[in-house]
Amino acid sequence: MDKASTKLTTDEIKKLAKLANLKLTEAQIKKMAESVSSVLSYVSQLKSLNTTDTEETSQVTGQENVFRDDVVDAERMLSQAEALSNSKNNHNGYFMVKAIFEEV
Amino acid sequence: MNKNYHPIIGMEIHVELKTASKMFCGCKNDPFGAPKPNIYTCPVCLGLPGALPVPNRKAVEWCIILGLALNCDIPLFSKFDRKNYFYPDLPKGYQISQYDQPFAVGGYLNITSGKEKKRIGITRVHLEEDTGKLMHATVDGKKVSLIDFNRSGVPLVEIVTEPDLRSSEEARIFLKKLHQIIRYLEISDADMEKGTMRLEPNISVSEVSKSRAGELPPYKVEVKNINSFSFAKKAIDYEVNRHIAILETGSLPEQETRGWDEKKGITFSQRSKEEAQDYRYFPEPDIPPIRWQKSQINSFKSQIPELPDRKLTRFIKEYVLSEYDAVILTDEKAVAAYFEKAAISKTVPAKTITNWIINKKADIKKLSPEELVKLIQSKSQVSSMPDKELEEIISKIISSNPKAVADYRAGKETAMMFLLGQVMRETRGRADANTTRKILETKLK
Ligand SMILES: [Zn+2]
Repeated sequence: MDKASTKLTTDEIKKLAKLANLKLTEAQIKKMAESVSSVLSYVSQLKSLNTTDTEETSQVTGQENVFRDDVVDAERMLSQAEALSNSKNNHNGYFMVKAIFEEV
Repeated sequence: MNKNYHPIIGMEIHVELKTASKMFCGCKNDPFGAPKPNIYTCPVCLGLPGALPVPNRKAVEWCIILGLALNCDIPLFSKFDRKNYFYPDLPKGYQISQYDQPFAVGGYLNITSGKEKKRIGITRVHLEEDTGKLMHATVDGKKVSLIDFNRSGVPLVEIVTEPDLRSSEEARIFLKKLHQIIRYLEISDADMEKGTMRLEPNISVSEVSKSRAGELPPYKVEVKNINSFSFAKKAIDYEVNRHIAILETGSLPEQETRGWDEKKGITFSQRSKEEAQDYRYFPEPDIPPIRWQKSQINSFKSQIPELPDRKLTRFIKEYVLSEYDAVILTDEKAVAAYFEKAAISKTVPAKTITNWIINKKADIKKLSPEELVKLIQSKSQVSSMPDKELEEIISKIISSNPKAVADYRAGKETAMMFLLGQVMRETRGRADANTTRKILETKLK
């Protein structure tokens, strides 16, 4: 993102809010447009660094190839009651939510 | 079909791997066999805060082995990514999947459609996690969705093809062959009724002149909810006709996701017009990337068993079978192995064993291959021994049993039974009783 685009429009904030499943009031959208933009500007200071010889990475731990063996770990498994214990609503051992459009 | 158009079809296929445990946690992977909902879960597959996913080595290896079986390249560097969207069956709010660096890319599968041989491109094979299962119900008069997370986090392979299929029949043949290979690799039951193999055709229709020029249509329709090869074929045919009708009016079919209604035999629109999905993929920070040595890839290659095409060719050559017979015998790996165990003794012609298996004269689920061979021998009308060998044995029995021979010539029928029994014993039951009796009678005249 270049410097000119670090200022977010309210439409862009609305789209982000939708993607993040957040309901924002008009006032909050305005405030967010300001604050998210300032975060982006702050981070964009990184652009002043010369990265010509730096390899791109998405990962900085230096670790690679971390796997587990294909074994059932029953000790970590939760009972049905435990699994459901934090649910707002459940029914007959299922988590329950408002009906959603059948997709799959 | 209208001759000015032809279908452009690509496939997305999802396959649940039959590992013992889930993709990123040690929960049991058996959603279909679970006696109750939500009994195979843990903080990882319920998406509880702070839980850390760790990839299942076997699932990763199986994904690569499938990629190799589909003639893909295996990039030496790969990683997982997060695909972000909200849906009640996805507890974390994202699915761990692979975006731009999947485990396998750029393969193909050869198919034979009628007399035509075709190569269908495989774009990629990647690994991800399955979602939970949603059920729709009415509780206390309210419409609700019920969620079972036993399936959440089950290893799921996605296979994506190039839009190389040109008819519903080609699509059916391709899917059958892919299914067969997956079953040969023994990495999934690929059972469509259980949903361990799921099919999503992408369909569009092009004017022949345009697609010959390499131009793809500016839209495609994805059909979901398909759980059999024949439904896939029907759904494709339905869509192709629908698109042609729209194109004939001068319009363009809408790019959308549709479902297949088997009862009505139609597809229906599933999503209202909304902007293209924005999944905001980014690298999964909780899982370090994967780097392979060439030697590891070679070792994966060596784990691939003989695949259907090669087995078919070998059966035709080695057992002198017709292509028709060999196709049936090699359809399922277990049947092919059964046949080979029965044929190896060479006491019964391979063709005879083939007939018995194909015509289901015996239940091969109940009989061992050895038992089948014995059964065929006992029922066989023709001696299963070379005549010369049998005659030699009979001559030997006659000369070493002078008393029985004399008794028979004196009219004692039981003496014949005795001699017959001696021949059977000597040949360990390989001789046919009727043939033996006839030879004995001729020699003793
Ligand atoms: Zn789990």
